[in-house]
Amino acid sequence: MAQPVPQSSQALFSDAEQAAEERHTIVVLVDNEPGVLARVIGLFSGRGYNIDSLTVAEIDAARALSRINIVTTGTPLVIEQIKNLLAKLVPVHSVQDLTVEGPHIERELSLVKVIGDRERLVAALRIADFMHARLVDSTPESFVFEMTGTSEEIDSFIHLLEPVEVSRAGVVAISRGRLLLKEREQAPEP
Amino acid sequence: MTAATAAPTAVETPTMTGSQVVLQALVEQGVEVIFGYPGGAVLPIYDAIFQQDRIRHILVRHEQAAVHAAEGYARSTGKVGCVLVTSGPGATNTVTGLTDALMDSVPVVCLTGQVPTHMIGNDAFQEADTVGITRPCTKHNYLVTDPANLARSIHEAFHVARSGRPGPVVVDLPKDILMKPAPYLAKDAVRHRTYHPPREPEMRRIEEAVDLMARAERPIFYVGGGVINAGPKACAILTELVRETGYPITLTLMGLGAYPASDAQFIGMLGMHGTYEANMAMHDCDVMINIGARFDDRVTGRLDGFSPQSKKIHVDIDPSSINKNVAVDVPVIGDAERTLEALLAAWRRRGNTVATGRTKSWWGQIQEWQTKKSLRFRQGKDVIKPQYAIQRLYELTRERDVYITTEVGQHQMWAAQHFHFDKPMHWMTSGGLGTMGYGFPAAMGVQVAHPEALVIDIAGEASWLMNMQEMSTCIQYRLPVKSFILNNSYMGMVRQWQDFFHGNRHAESYMDSLPDFVKLAEAFGAVGLRATKPSEVDDVIKEMIKVEKTVIVDMVVDRTENVYPMIPGGAAHNEIKLSPEEDGPHEAISEEGMVLV
Ligand SMILES: Cc1ncc(C[n+]2csc(CCOP(=O)(O)OP(=O)(O)O)c2C)c(N)n1
Ligand SMILES: [Mg+2]
Repeated sequence: MAQPVPQSSQALFSDAEQAAEERHTIVVLVDNEPGVLARVIGLFSGRGYNIDSLTVAEIDAARALSRINIVTTGTPLVIEQIKNLLAKLVPVHSVQDLTVEGPHIERELSLVKVIGDRERLVAALRIADFMHARLVDSTPESFVFEMTGTSEEIDSFIHLLEPVEVSRAGVVAISRGRLLLKEREQAPEP
Repeated sequence: MTAATAAPTAVETPTMTGSQVVLQALVEQGVEVIFGYPGGAVLPIYDAIFQQDRIRHILVRHEQAAVHAAEGYARSTGKVGCVLVTSGPGATNTVTGLTDALMDSVPVVCLTGQVPTHMIGNDAFQEADTVGITRPCTKHNYLVTDPANLARSIHEAFHVARSGRPGPVVVDLPKDILMKPAPYLAKDAVRHRTYHPPREPEMRRIEEAVDLMARAERPIFYVGGGVINAGPKACAILTELVRETGYPITLTLMGLGAYPASDAQFIGMLGMHGTYEANMAMHDCDVMINIGARFDDRVTGRLDGFSPQSKKIHVDIDPSSINKNVAVDVPVIGDAERTLEALLAAWRRRGNTVATGRTKSWWGQIQEWQTKKSLRFRQGKDVIKPQYAIQRLYELTRERDVYITTEVGQHQMWAAQHFHFDKPMHWMTSGGLGTMGYGFPAAMGVQVAHPEALVIDIAGEASWLMNMQEMSTCIQYRLPVKSFILNNSYMGMVRQWQDFFHGNRHAESYMDSLPDFVKLAEAFGAVGLRATKPSEVDDVIKEMIKVEKTVIVDMVVDRTENVYPMIPGGAAHNEIKLSPEEDGPHEAISEEGMVLV
């Protein structure tokens, strides 16, 4: 009685047409405690969901709160399931789907390295200038550029530059306007 | 680990050790019994147990059994079950039990010993990454690395285990933390920082649900273990609501007992081995009222053929259960008791009464399906039919306070079909994980909670062997648990699937070299009984009830019997197969159906 590998959260018996996949940016406010990232990642890996990008950092040291930004793709059912499962994790304060909740800003930081002769480096500098990347390290044979922008902008920068090494930080995101990421409301003890 | 808001204000030096803090926290949480097994890392707790008399310890013979016993205890009392095991192998042995409790939403707190904090990560003797290993099989877990957080972690563990959708929680306790002085923090001084699942349903959804219910012509209540978890009061309100609507109700394997089986509105269990009428009604209904069930694949069959014409209401405390497998029309997130209360109030407020006219032809249809008698079997003169043994067991124990647990396999399905429950929390079976070896230790836990009750594990011989070492525990604590083994010399459920889907090739499903169960019972100091002919069944059951001891019954039953009805994998509810006499020989199953479990 072998266990077939489910393709998604759709139950095993489903052979219904799969709905189209969507990309969502989800932010999660969590207690900054050991294991919390493992819980989040385990939720994705254990159920076969995609993580396109994941960033995490403490944002409030006094209250030991961290913010996790996740970019994921899935059918609408899977996305709903991901959000519910995240909200169910005990150290999670709140979950917000920026893609659903309205306009937001996404940024990614990247460091890219180019190696070559003068001609190559000059060409790289021209592209960097045009893409608003910053030169942060240079030697006679190499440049490192820092570029911040949307993931698409970084993609095209890399595409144009053809660097030898790339390091990307992953997506950080925040909603526009007055919308805030709420902490979980403190319900009265039952 | 533990969130450290409102750090303990205790300035005076604590006078208790970590172990004493653990026990004090358990006492305050209402723990009366711990199921456990000692070892180096938890010796400080055992020492503290030895020196007190408020908590009783039951020494099991395998840590897996400790968790199942705690599950049986929890499910038959509504309290949180408590387990104590040592580090390393003690902890890893609990993994099956924890997973079982997670799948079936059973509140359990499992305390595991750990090597001292300074040795964690060194591959120390009997070190295992317990929080890592148990992360996916618990609702939550803690590693306590500071004595200041000890009491808080234990209190939080109980809060998490019992709140919302219940489940198992592990607290990993390094030995040095248990031996150092630690401050005690009372239960009421601890408030969980994040975890407070809502219980109240949204009123808007209640109104939408009642709108649908009131207009239904082919309604059905589809009710699961969530209502049992919500407690006896939730079950009582459910019963009122179902009676006031006059609608039919079907229960899942986990939900049996939530509504009285003897009531005419109950049309039997649904799912892969549910009754014909329950499955057909699920398929043809126009309004489905799901309360505390989770559209499990054993229940829905093929999803695109699942109840195609119905509007679906789904009440669940766990938002992640809603719209997971089946898209529903009215999702209601809330505790079953509060939600049922609100539904009943809204139903009455609108002056709704039993819908005799509106649902008349629906009931007529259901009665027609019922004439199929899909659970029928024929008991001849020579060989005991397993269904007959269970039917007699039910009849002969009706007047008693009886609790039934089961193992996993054919016998489990026959028990669900032929033993009838009028009350909740009297039926304990491993539904989600399907854990062979669950029933016997679970029965032990039930018996500890209900010393005077008749507690029976309806078992298969293969499953029972998986935790048979617990005979020794039963004898030690004089637990008169009855193992009612339906011995068909096969892993019957495996053999059935091999017959249906794998060309009758019985690969490794025959149980060769079985022990003599009567002698085995005697070897443990228990009573062994055997029946091999239908005429002996009643006497053996009566004798089993009469002796106030641990008993093994070796009920030698038909080896070839199969469980019917059956919805094969990959089929829809209306493609249900009845036993062959009526339905003709079975067609080969589709390739696609074969890969399913
Ligand atoms: C721990 C575990 N291993 C394997 C299985 C797969 N399995 C399901 S039923 C079954 C056979 C059970 O045989 P028995 O206990 O004799 O019950 P029967 O079906 O004969 O009534 C097996 C091996 C399981 N459910 N649990
Ligand atoms: Mg068997």
